[in-house]
Amino acid sequence: MFKKKSNREKFFKTIVHILLIIGAFVMLFPFFWMVSTSFKTQSEINDNPTALFPNEYNFNNYRQAWKAGSSAGFGRYFFNTIFVATITTMGQLILSSLAAFAFAFLDFPHKERIFLLLLGTMMIPQQALLVPDYIILHKLGWLDTYLALIVPWVCSAFSIFLMRQFFRGIPKELFEASRIDGSSTLGFYFRILIPLSLPVMLTAGMFSFLGSWNSFIWPLIVTSADELRVIQVGLANFAQAEGTQWGLLMAASTFCTVPLIVGYFFVQKKFIQGIATSGMKD
Amino acid sequence: MKNKKLKKLLSALCYIMPGAMIILTFHFIPIFYSLYYSFFKGGLGKKTFVGITNYSELITDADFWLSLKNTVFYVIGTVPTTIVLSLIIALLLNSKIKGLSIYRTIYYLPVITSINAVSLVWKWLYNTHNGLLNSMLEFIGLNPISWLFDKNWAMIAIIIMSIWKGLGYNVIIFLAGLQGIPKQLYESAEIDGAGLWHQFRNITIPMISPVTFFVFVMSTISSFQVFAQVYMMTQGGPGKATTVIVYHLYDKAFQKFELGGSSAIAFVLFLIIFAMTMFQRKIAEKKVHYSN
Repeated sequence: MFKKKSNREKFFKTIVHILLIIGAFVMLFPFFWMVSTSFKTQSEINDNPTALFPNEYNFNNYRQAWKAGSSAGFGRYFFNTIFVATITTMGQLILSSLAAFAFAFLDFPHKERIFLLLLGTMMIPQQALLVPDYIILHKLGWLDTYLALIVPWVCSAFSIFLMRQFFRGIPKELFEASRIDGSSTLGFYFRILIPLSLPVMLTAGMFSFLGSWNSFIWPLIVTSADELRVIQVGLANFAQAEGTQWGLLMAASTFCTVPLIVGYFFVQKKFIQGIATSGMKD
Repeated sequence: MKNKKLKKLLSALCYIMPGAMIILTFHFIPIFYSLYYSFFKGGLGKKTFVGITNYSELITDADFWLSLKNTVFYVIGTVPTTIVLSLIIALLLNSKIKGLSIYRTIYYLPVITSINAVSLVWKWLYNTHNGLLNSMLEFIGLNPISWLFDKNWAMIAIIIMSIWKGLGYNVIIFLAGLQGIPKQLYESAEIDGAGLWHQFRNITIPMISPVTFFVFVMSTISSFQVFAQVYMMTQGGPGKATTVIVYHLYDKAFQKFELGGSSAIAFVLFLIIFAMTMFQRKIAEKKVHYSN
């Protein structure tokens, strides 16, 4: 009886694994195909489009794609993306945590009302704001500058919410005790709160960095100068210019995704926890 | 006393205002600005007040209705399939198997990679002559499909790719929900002799319903805003077969520079999504709860 059950369970688990492996294959195959094609020459692709592996691993496609024709090149696009994502993330961490600190530790009139107003902005879809934001940036004279790429994204209601939730788990007595010890409010924020809040800072920072790295429609509309393009816009332009040079396009897609995938493997556990608890995508 | 309260408010605002200014300026006030601008015609330079003309034009604009229809088709094609598939995968992952974190990482991979890059990869897979999908179809004796160049297939191709891209996110959410169901419920059901199907039907489904509802509304809202796939793979074509509402908005605002008319579209888009969010909050408060 016992043996029978464990056999059944074994069989059941094998089926589960088979199904999950099929699924995992479907998830991974496009990435494999991207990398495989990126090493193939155009004639190789035309002659035998279904070959799983390239004849030889040469990096010509990568070299050629990196220069991206007559444009500023992907070196510049990478610099822009990393620069914008880093400043945006730093801004998010500082500005959002300051606001979250006030909501979690200070008593002041209309606290709930102000918090709900900020939280309510999350209900406004980003795509509906493109046109008015574009006009506002035009009036500020910021179109086609780094300011347009960075400033609107240095704080978000989501980060404030995430951090406030975390801060509320920190005993208020700690704040009061540090005040009694003669520490200033800012002193508490820098010396006690921030060091205690590294987990939530990491989660919020990852969301912000990833969102900035992958954002497309915003940089597409607020910049037009080639030297201000970020990776995603550069890739879209490159795709339009190269059309059907699949080897080149897959090489460009590969080097545009690999840095993020590598980074993801390092932080994936933290990251997935963050999503499971906050239900947030980007 | 009053003075003290004001002082407290002001000192709190010192911390809140730097961030709040950004949010209000770029993510809140613009929606009213969009409403204001929708009563005008013109680009960035001169604009003229035209009352509700932009809205009345929208009602008779066949392209707008087509884009709305295409978007609804995309949403219906994406959301239910994503929910069913991601729930199945989450259930499989939740069955105490080895290697959970490896599977989870793999299924989540498409979610973190940029939509632009994976769109190009899928465009290559969908390629009519050399694409791998058509080679596979021919291999099993079926006729090749012009996927992205056939107006009957282009949207379906985008839907398939989008399901692949977004699946992992919902798997994580469902998995978290499944892990939150108390084990005792299953244990006592087993003692009562309930089979797997009965446990699924009478425990899992009702217990997971708040998560399902959350996933349903969130995916509907984000699917309504689909853009990058369309931009990268079809540019709204062939014909206007994949012109979704945000692509139509983008085209009108930033290709044709009809900022007044596109403000009207943006505001309608806002109203649709805002209504869905409010609906979600109402239902979430009242109806969806654990049935036991």
